[in-house]
Amino acid sequence: MKKFLIPLLLFAVLVLFLGAGLRRDPHEIPSPLINKVAPNFSLQTLNGSTPFSPQQFKGKVWMLNVWATWCVSCRQEHPVLVAFSKQIGVPIVGLSYKEIQPQDDPEKKLDLASQLKLARERGSVWLEKHGNPYTLSVMDLDGRVGIDYGVYGVPETYIIDKEGIIRFKQIGPVTPQTLSETMIPIIRSLENS
Amino acid sequence: MIAELGQFVLILALIVAFLQFVLPMAGSLSEQHAWQYLARPTAWLQFVLVAISYGCLLTGFLRDDFSITYVADHSNHLLPLPYKFAAVWGGHEGSLMLWVLFLSIWTSLVAYFSKSLPIEIISRVLSVLGFISTGFLLFILFTSNPFLRSLPAPLDGHDLNPLLQDPGLVIHPPMLYMGYVGMSVSFAFAIAALITGRLDSAWSRWSRPWTVIAWSFLTLGIGLGSWWAYYELGWGGWWFWDPVENASLMPWLVSTALIHSLMVTEKRGGFKAWTVLLAIAAFSLSLLGTFLVRSGVLTSVHAFASDPTRGIFVLCFLAIVVGSSLMLFAWRAPKVTLGGSMGLLSKETFLLLNSVILAVSTGAVLLGTLYPLVIDALNLGKLSVGPPYFNLVFAPLMVPLLFILIPGTVAKWRSASVKEIMMELKWIAILSLALGAGLPFLIGEWSFGVFLGWTLGLWVGLGTLQHIVQRALRPGRIGGSFWGMQLAHLGLAVLVLGVTGVKSFEVEKDVKMSIGDEVTISPYVFKLTDIVETKGPNYKAYQAQIDVLKSGQKIEQLKPEKRRYASSAMAMTEAAISTNLWRDLYVSLGDSLPGSAQQWSMRVYYKPFVPWLWVGVLMMVLGGVLAAFDRRYRRLRTSNPVQTAAQMASSFGDQGESLQGTSYGQVVPELNGLNPVLETKQFQ
Repeated sequence: MKKFLIPLLLFAVLVLFLGAGLRRDPHEIPSPLINKVAPNFSLQTLNGSTPFSPQQFKGKVWMLNVWATWCVSCRQEHPVLVAFSKQIGVPIVGLSYKEIQPQDDPEKKLDLASQLKLARERGSVWLEKHGNPYTLSVMDLDGRVGIDYGVYGVPETYIIDKEGIIRFKQIGPVTPQTLSETMIPIIRSLENS
Repeated sequence: MIAELGQFVLILALIVAFLQFVLPMAGSLSEQHAWQYLARPTAWLQFVLVAISYGCLLTGFLRDDFSITYVADHSNHLLPLPYKFAAVWGGHEGSLMLWVLFLSIWTSLVAYFSKSLPIEIISRVLSVLGFISTGFLLFILFTSNPFLRSLPAPLDGHDLNPLLQDPGLVIHPPMLYMGYVGMSVSFAFAIAALITGRLDSAWSRWSRPWTVIAWSFLTLGIGLGSWWAYYELGWGGWWFWDPVENASLMPWLVSTALIHSLMVTEKRGGFKAWTVLLAIAAFSLSLLGTFLVRSGVLTSVHAFASDPTRGIFVLCFLAIVVGSSLMLFAWRAPKVTLGGSMGLLSKETFLLLNSVILAVSTGAVLLGTLYPLVIDALNLGKLSVGPPYFNLVFAPLMVPLLFILIPGTVAKWRSASVKEIMMELKWIAILSLALGAGLPFLIGEWSFGVFLGWTLGLWVGLGTLQHIVQRALRPGRIGGSFWGMQLAHLGLAVLVLGVTGVKSFEVEKDVKMSIGDEVTISPYVFKLTDIVETKGPNYKAYQAQIDVLKSGQKIEQLKPEKRRYASSAMAMTEAAISTNLWRDLYVSLGDSLPGSAQQWSMRVYYKPFVPWLWVGVLMMVLGGVLAAFDRRYRRLRTSNPVQTAAQMASSFGDQGESLQGTSYGQVVPELNGLNPVLETKQFQ
């Protein structure tokens, strides 16, 4: 009798794992940067004030949000961020990621200065129209900072603690649910530590 | 209205399926004959209802009724007509409709061709099938309703995924589904036999042709999928060990074991519990495949539709169906008597080895497929298991499998002698080794891999040919199952030769080309002569025109395309392939590269022996069909013990498979005479 139960037992184990697997997202890729120091950078800002670098926020919990005017999912996320920025006192830094796309400049006529100018114009108009949740926004035109941060899609959002360590990364749009269930608790606990 | 009608009829189908499950089973357990006789009418009625409902959905597609959400999501008014038929199964909901439609077709066929089966058996078989159908209809109606409307209707649909707009994909899913669903028939027979407690030769005889037909569909489905991936995805590969491919390979491996094991159960009454377990496993793995594809627990290039709530439903269904079957198995199987005695070395031994190797291979594929999920579930991290694992594990398992195939076909039942087998096969062995060692020199570089692969392929092929010649020289009618088996084995040989050849000798070049450039893969020269813009019904494309030259002579023009479908931003690669018996020349067009000159990235492949893969698969499919339609399966089957004995004996009398050394020999002459009479009765 016993040996005939083996298939049933094996199957039960299989079902348990399949059930556990259902509650996970196979597309979720853990960021290797979690619990690592946020890569440093110094970038021009959107409004032309002095260049920003993460060290200026040392001692504060802050968020870095990757966005672009050409990004469709950012429009979905944007109202959530705008509402959030009014509600909570955490600085949000926007990282305007590769604003100028190859098709904007097919003949490669624009030099860096005019690229920056165009990107600033487009970004400001867009933020005026959709609301500005950002304390400030920096211009990552060539995407180098994005590479350092392991950005592989826009939007992405990082929570960085007082020591300048990345504690959380959200890939894809921030939803009210992730915000209230995951991100706000993380921010609160980081602020109190 | 038509969508509402479709949904209403589908609900009726659910009710009928439920009746088909409950009444005949209750009738067979309480010996209420009237209830048992409801099995067939309910099966037919269910088929009619499901077909009407499917027809309603199809009508929605043909009439461009974009108020039906599913139609709007998977069709477009520009979509060519044949693809509107295919679009019905282009998404999750419709593919389930196809699943249920095929299940009802299989069920009706079983109901029709089983007129001579004892009623308590057929009522149980149809009841089990009714249960499966009930589960799937519930699944459709509660989680995946294809008839939902969205109002106001969009002006136009989103179009069918461009990847699916291809003739190969029009027929690939139906064939695969016919195979998957067909496994439910041998499963139902196995469950009915377990409930009855009689796992006899008659049972295996009934389920053999069904299993072989389902296996043929599955083989064809997998082959078509591989063919489609090869020419449509533009990667030049034909098997990627993708979770969804594995999901179809696992039931195939198990059902291959099953058709071999059923033979032992029929001929020798052996391996009964094992055969039943394989029948359960083959269907369970088909369900598991559905779960993996539909739930999104694994990432895959095939994950066209996935949703966790659906995953929970399929998982529960899987747990109920497989769990209860395995419980039934654990309860009933210990009482099964052991079959006829078998010698340490006999045909049975080889068939047992065949089963074990195929089961282990399935286990290895299952492990590799689910490993990422298990590791993730245990919080040990995220990883993926790729082709290196599968190649490393799978190939070494195939070596002994191919090796034992030939001695297995020549060995006698019950007891065989090593000496006889060796005498019979020594020339084949020498010839295969010699050719396997020598041929690689003729074609390219010698390597151990190609030597091993070709030796085994030749061993299977030549051994089978020798067997055919020997059999043809002996007197007596040769049955379809003999030809079927040999053809399938020859197909396997061709497949093995092809796989080895393409793996060992393929050449791939990634190049940048401007108009006028050439790339050489000896002896062929590919010259890009022009790139033009063309237009299809619902796409625009860049088409490269490439002349293929061999020793300065133009032998062919290839026209690979890069298509952009109006409805989607996705660019599709249409590879251009030139085929002959020995090789494929394969060109796929990449993207235009930035820069002043018009430069394009391009992939050029020389792929020897690829056509052998498709020929091999087709031979296996035809072999299966031939075997399933063997005349002996069509003889009258009844529960009358005398006649059952007659059929059993006659199956030994049939010289389709070697029958030396059976103790049934003496019964054959007198009972064989019965069969012609019985046969004519069947076909009135």
